[in-house]
Amino acid sequence: MKILVAIKQVPMRDSQLRIAPSARWIDEDALNFEINEPDAYALEEALQLKEKHGGEVVVLCAGPERAGQTIREALAKGADRAIHLELDLNSLDTLGMARLLAHACAAEKADLILTGLQSDDLGSGQTGVVMAELMGVAHSTIIMQVEVNGSTLRVKRELENGWFQHIEMPLPAVLTIQSGLNKLRYATLMGIKKAKNKEVKKLTATELGGMPAAVVWTDKIYAPHKSKQSQIFEGDAKTAATQLVEKLKFEARVF
Amino acid sequence: MILVILEQQSERQNSQWHRMSWETLAAGQQLAAQLGVGLQAAVLGKSNSALLAELASKKIGHIWNVEHDLLERYTADGYASACQQLVEKIKPSVVLFPHTYQVRDFAPKLATRFSQVLISDVISARLDAGALVYVRQFFQGKLSGDIRANGTGPHFASIQAGAFRADALETSATAAPSEVFSPVMDATMIRQRPEAPFREAARAVDLTTAEIIVSVGRGIKEQSNIPVVEELAKALGAELAASRPICDAGWLPMERQVGSSGQTVAPKMYVAVGISGAIQHLVGMKGAKTIVAINKDANAPIFEVADYGIVGDLFEVVPALVDAVNKAKS
Ligand SMILES: Cc1cc2nc3c(=O)[nH]c(=O)nc-3n(C[C@H](O)[C@H](O)[C@H](O)COP(=O)(O)OP(=O)(O)OC[C@H]3O[C@@H](n4cnc5c(N)ncnc54)[C@H](O)[C@@H]3O)c2cc1C
Repeated sequence: MKILVAIKQVPMRDSQLRIAPSARWIDEDALNFEINEPDAYALEEALQLKEKHGGEVVVLCAGPERAGQTIREALAKGADRAIHLELDLNSLDTLGMARLLAHACAAEKADLILTGLQSDDLGSGQTGVVMAELMGVAHSTIIMQVEVNGSTLRVKRELENGWFQHIEMPLPAVLTIQSGLNKLRYATLMGIKKAKNKEVKKLTATELGGMPAAVVWTDKIYAPHKSKQSQIFEGDAKTAATQLVEKLKFEARVF
Repeated sequence: MILVILEQQSERQNSQWHRMSWETLAAGQQLAAQLGVGLQAAVLGKSNSALLAELASKKIGHIWNVEHDLLERYTADGYASACQQLVEKIKPSVVLFPHTYQVRDFAPKLATRFSQVLISDVISARLDAGALVYVRQFFQGKLSGDIRANGTGPHFASIQAGAFRADALETSATAAPSEVFSPVMDATMIRQRPEAPFREAARAVDLTTAEIIVSVGRGIKEQSNIPVVEELAKALGAELAASRPICDAGWLPMERQVGSSGQTVAPKMYVAVGISGAIQHLVGMKGAKTIVAINKDANAPIFEVADYGIVGDLFEVVPALVDAVNKAKS
């Protein structure tokens, strides 16, 4: 079974974000980057499916040169090879991104395509679904369990408020994976060594039919407008705690 | 014209409107008024008459009952096809959805069929020089951004939970006119075979009745640190709850998860410890009367809903808080 995993590199969780002078996006200079969290779970799921059914895991990642680091880490965890669409993501919308990814996938003829259910930076939660539509294959989202039975797939999809549902569909298919469905592995020393010799094929937008024009775009980004008046206590823990308890007792009257 | 696609929860509980349907309809009313255009609404699948009567009491120009046997149970393929046919027929300039898990599953597919991008999880929208500007969040609520879409449309946008108020909905004395729309569909175009929805296990803990909840997030770092917040819960006489990553990791049982996939709570006081305040968590606790946040990041989105907050390291703040609570109570 050939499994493709689309992963994205995003700023590390808990990064201090600063808005770039253009106000179009954040200032990326001082940031460290890591694999998008749900994508890490998608990769893990692919590796586990390969262990069960055999085959190949191919990582697909669009991003600038720095994304190469995240690709190496995925190879070190056990992916067999990678495709790096080396480009700047900022001028692309979801449709454009999915077009390039779908284009790159087409030549691979994968049985299963996995990706995270959303990216931690943009959070639009659509790339996988749009890829499926462009490729003409079935899809399902917010997946918590994947079972492959020959040419069909049985997945557990998360619904709201603690409900779930099983869904069957034919392969090939695209699934968007929810964080937490498996236990992430660490790369072994051996894995890191082996990764150095694994193939990373670089593709440019030109080779994939050119940079698609955006139909939606971000005009500017800014700190959220605060709608609620909150009382914030800073400084040493003891004083802040005492002040807070005072308020809780005499203002909010919770005890 | 603006078209709002509504959602029902017929499969799970007794048939009822998804709460976010009303919020999205309110968004539709407000945007339609700003743009000076009409508002229509659509509901897919068979609806019972009580639900339709409730819908018809709202101020809506026209209601479409999109009916087909193949829409009885939700599938992405079925819903995308039915909505596509309706949009092609009535040609709205804007299509709005509630940003539910179901909408995440099919609306991007639908938008793609019109070479458009779903503007997802929108928190507000405004008219600027004749064009709509949509506001959505980035980095799980840490930043906001203005989004524009090219003029040709239709635009597709999904509305975040709680962004518009359902109680702002305008009603109408006369029932809104409705019409059945029967899309052309056959079974071969639906590839997903959904089974009946289920719940994992009976809930032993009912957080909804708790007066005070202390909730812990990833800021706690390790399972062995959980007693730090347990102490606070004990001092306050509170139930312990958690954000999703804590339950995913098995540090606390699933049934203690608060949020869109877990429980929705509205206690007298909710104390969020080391929780960033992603929307999927906020929807589960925004209704608490008093919200207290403890977080080392002054810009964490949780502070936007907090009544009181302490910016600081929870490993210093929480023990100090336990002392202060015990003192205040004795
Ligand atoms: C479809 C879907 C459904 C979801 N359902 C849910 C759900 O039901 N419930 C839910 O909670 N989430 C849900 N999520 C996940 C959600 O988006 C967030 O990822 C999650 O809520 C983050 O949890 P957190 O705040 O604990 O972790 P993080 O976002 O990692 O935040 C940790 C916080 O701790 C702070 N911190 C770190 N160290 C310290 C310290 N020493 N002292 C003080 N503060 C510190 C950091 O500043 C940060 O703000 C869902 C996501 C999706 C896509």
